[in-house]
Amino acid sequence: MRVTPKQLFWIKGLFHLVALTPIVFLVLNVFSGGAGGDPVQYIIHYTGIGALNTLLITLLISPIAKKMKWPWLMRTRRLVGLYVFAYATLHIAAYFSLDLLFEWRLLGEEIVKRPYILVGAVAYLILVALTVTSLKKLMSKMGRKWQTLHNLIYLAVILVAIHFFWSVKSEIIQPSIYIGLVIVLLSFRWRKLIGFFKD
Amino acid sequence: SPLTFTKNQSYQTSEILTPENKVISHNNFYEFGTRKTDPQDNAQGFKVNPWQLKIEGEVEKPLTLDYEDLYKLIALEERTYRLRCVEAWSMVIPWVGFSLAELIKKANPTSKAKYVAFETLYDPEQMPGQRNRYVGGGVSYPYVEGLTLPEAMNELSFLAVGLYGKTLPPQNGAPIRLVVPWKYGFKSIKSIVKIRLVEKMPPTSWNILAPHEYGFYANVNPQVDHPRWSQASERRIGAGGLFSAKRIPTQMYNGYGDQVASLYKGLDLRKNF
Repeated sequence: MRVTPKQLFWIKGLFHLVALTPIVFLVLNVFSGGAGGDPVQYIIHYTGIGALNTLLITLLISPIAKKMKWPWLMRTRRLVGLYVFAYATLHIAAYFSLDLLFEWRLLGEEIVKRPYILVGAVAYLILVALTVTSLKKLMSKMGRKWQTLHNLIYLAVILVAIHFFWSVKSEIIQPSIYIGLVIVLLSFRWRKLIGFFKD
Repeated sequence: SPLTFTKNQSYQTSEILTPENKVISHNNFYEFGTRKTDPQDNAQGFKVNPWQLKIEGEVEKPLTLDYEDLYKLIALEERTYRLRCVEAWSMVIPWVGFSLAELIKKANPTSKAKYVAFETLYDPEQMPGQRNRYVGGGVSYPYVEGLTLPEAMNELSFLAVGLYGKTLPPQNGAPIRLVVPWKYGFKSIKSIVKIRLVEKMPPTSWNILAPHEYGFYANVNPQVDHPRWSQASERRIGAGGLFSAKRIPTQMYNGYGDQVASLYKGLDLRKNF
């Protein structure tokens, strides 16, 4: 399937719309009371799941593009990837502002003391690095290094899945399903992943 | 529906109350689902009348309370208590009910009675979380809790049948629930059908599920962190909007040390968390 630049523009527009819709629902839910009398945990969980979902979608793009022979699809990956960063940022902002109520010291202590938060923080640092280097100019400037750096997305998705599984109190079914999905998505790239260990 | 009661002046507070709409729309009651909004969404059809609460085990006079008895066997009083959830949020709630000790005394415990075991209704037809592992968060039902006999006989231990002057909404544990304000909220078992006096320390639901995270005592203690978060401070759910919440230091025994600290003399609170 070939796509003209104009069609690609509309496809990207649609992707933006799909990525932003959950935020609209979140805001409506919080203000209508649908998220409960104290929606803090709800907002933190919702934006965290949003980040993980978007991350999985990002990882789905290149296998689909290859399989369907849709090179244009690869041109939407940066856009979707930036939403991973956006949702992850909202997740952390909600935790820091609504739950910790801007207590920097407590944030520092929690990152150091709680392995599951540390794991999430490392994943976020990877996302920051990938976002900063996502400019097209930098991509050509960095050459092969860019690809090496961006392979860290595989580490990030593993860390995020662990972070989720580790964070729950007892409801392990949903995070277990996500771990399964991560394994499936990584298995599409098993040759590449094995390659890392051979080098 | 409205209840008739007297205000117990010994248990009032100058703290700002958590508004009723927040108290009844932010609940942990996994029998109706694990999200905070699930209990309010899923419990409205819950039938509380007829109800039977049995007091049995090591007692000379086993009792069975029917629905009507819950409101008239012992005169109702109002007490405002802080509620500190193990998840590090807290509320201030005006409960209506009666002293647990008064009820236990009526059953006349034998000298063998050392602990009090509580049990929530088991009714998978009404409680979706008991039917389905995915809804119920992996807890094995019925939900069970326990106290030592001295804890149960402490003046603070309270059986609530109402809040904000009205009968309990189902999501808050109708028709009758425990309130032990110096312990984390999960000890305050909801929708109780059985109170059993026993010789040995009874099993408790969260301790069975995650023994390294939740102990039998579960006393509020800012010095002993939960493995996954700090217990040194708490987010007080007050009257205002999202950003008006405050983080306040958590007090030892949730501020009820004068009444309960003597119960734990010589006990290592780090081991017995």
